[in-house]
Amino acid sequence: MAKSIKIRAKIKGDTTTVKCLMTHPMETGLRKDSKTGQLIPAHFINEVTAESGGKTVMSAEWSGGISKNPYLSFAFAGGAKGDDVTITWKDNQGATDSATAKIS
Amino acid sequence: MSMNIKRRVFLKGSLAAGTVGVAVGAGLLTPQAVVAAWNEKAFKAESVDDALAAAMGEASNTASDAIKIKAPDIAENGAVVPVSVSTDMADVESIALLAEGNNTPLVATFMLGEGAVADVSTRIKMGKTSDVIAVVKSGGKLHSARKSVKVTIGGCGG
Repeated sequence: MAKSIKIRAKIKGDTTTVKCLMTHPMETGLRKDSKTGQLIPAHFINEVTAESGGKTVMSAEWSGGISKNPYLSFAFAGGAKGDDVTITWKDNQGATDSATAKIS
Repeated sequence: MSMNIKRRVFLKGSLAAGTVGVAVGAGLLTPQAVVAAWNEKAFKAESVDDALAAAMGEASNTASDAIKIKAPDIAENGAVVPVSVSTDMADVESIALLAEGNNTPLVATFMLGEGAVADVSTRIKMGKTSDVIAVVKSGGKLHSARKSVKVTIGGCGG
């Protein structure tokens, strides 16, 4: 599951805005396979954590109600140019991935 | 005869093993550590009030003009509805995002850490035309705002 997250972090004034895109099917578990008629098992990201400067700046819990290949943007104060922003997700099947980007 | 019995036993055994395997695959038997932090009760709730009670501790909230929801008036594709929630309120602890018309209305909760600005955007799925509700927990109280989004799946965007 490498490289499933793209992050862009920009600082303007003293506010850092982080935008990220993750690659994930985000299956709700309610959809049926059109060929077999079987339910497609639920498979979605349910936890997202964002860290910067050793602190958790934001954490989120999601359901399958988030669109496929989720987009997330948020902002925080107190970042500095060159600081790392790390985003980690976990899905309901136990898979996990994380990526780090520098604030520019 | 004995051959047959063995065959039965074998079939039963493999069938049981198969079922467990499927259950694990479907996330029904996800290891406890994984689901421990995730608020399953809130996300499985089928009404807005139940979801809020489980996610934010209470269901009562007051409508507030200080919360801004940015979402399209008409969403051409209900599977991808861009939604932004922001507020000027101080001491925002968490933000919950709900789509009232979905089977399980709670879509996401955001816990803001130290220094976080109350401004989050994401894309959500909406089953049908309904209100998007944003609930902000600030100073221990819940404030909410809603915006109606018309979903025209397969429509011509009119």
